Amino acid sequence: MIIHSIFFYFFSIIAIFSSLMVITSRNTINSVFFLILDFISVGCLFIMVGAEFLGMIILIVYVGAVAVLFLFVVMMLNVAEQKNSWFTGKETKHIHSGLIVGNLILLELLVVVGGWKYKDDLMSSSTLILSNTSNTHQLGLVMYTDYVLYFQLAGIILLLSMIGAILLTFRERVGVKRQSYIKQISRNPSSAVELKDVESNKGVTIDD
Amino acid sequence: MIEIGLGHYLSLGAIIFFLGILGIFLNRKNVIVILMSIELILLAVNINLISFSIFSGDIVGQIFTMLILTIAAAEAAIGLAIILIYYRNRGSIRVEDIHGMKG
Repeated sequence: MIIHSIFFYFFSIIAIFSSLMVITSRNTINSVFFLILDFISVGCLFIMVGAEFLGMIILIVYVGAVAVLFLFVVMMLNVAEQKNSWFTGKETKHIHSGLIVGNLILLELLVVVGGWKYKDDLMSSSTLILSNTSNTHQLGLVMYTDYVLYFQLAGIILLLSMIGAILLTFRERVGVKRQSYIKQISRNPSSAVELKDVESNKGVTIDD
Repeated sequence: MIEIGLGHYLSLGAIIFFLGILGIFLNRKNVIVILMSIELILLAVNINLISFSIFSGDIVGQIFTMLILTIAAAEAAIGLAIILIYYRNRGSIRVEDIHGMKG
């Protein structure tokens, strides 16, 4: 149990430190790197506490796809020159209200943790964790039976977001020679080939 | 202090949630950091759901965590696409430059 607490404090201190660095680092690239570190440490916490499948999903999907997507966008946009404007704008009164709101939310969440100790017993669900099967097996048993509608809805949401992202960033470029299948198929020899009589020593002038 | 219980995980979730909210308010740089703060908030929600799921022995919390991961990925894709076309049109994604709907 002492090993468990040592690992918990290790990963959670790294997670808190890196999320602090995400919101305070001057360069946006560094923010993305600390976001990746945050995801990795929280994924390790999930694996440690017993939710192995979700920890692996966080490692693969979040670090491998979402954080790298952030990295691509940060590197595509030229935001490196904007990095020195941290705390130097004239409208710094947002910071006080932000601190007040954030501290109040933190206080409320900690109070909720204290009050949760006096709850009633909640162990009356039909989806209790079985002790003799693996975490992935249990997730599959519940997700593909009771929650199959939500699973399908998540797939539809992913499809919609993919279509939306492609549609938003699509633009018609002028001056690009693109293949047109309809034009290619609808050509025939009578309109494409022209026979000419070539006179001696004169050649053919191509006028168009 | 040594015995790790539910309260430790919930405190970790609360602190990361707090840092995410603070990141939205403190941000004076660009919109991408606001999107990253939203990702931090969703991660804190996931920590809460998974710790409740483990410590009360119910698997449904982990299923909702998977759904939240899906929504977070979709939100990141759409948000980054919007930021990309905003940058293409205006040439800047600084927070104080975005006031087109301020009136």
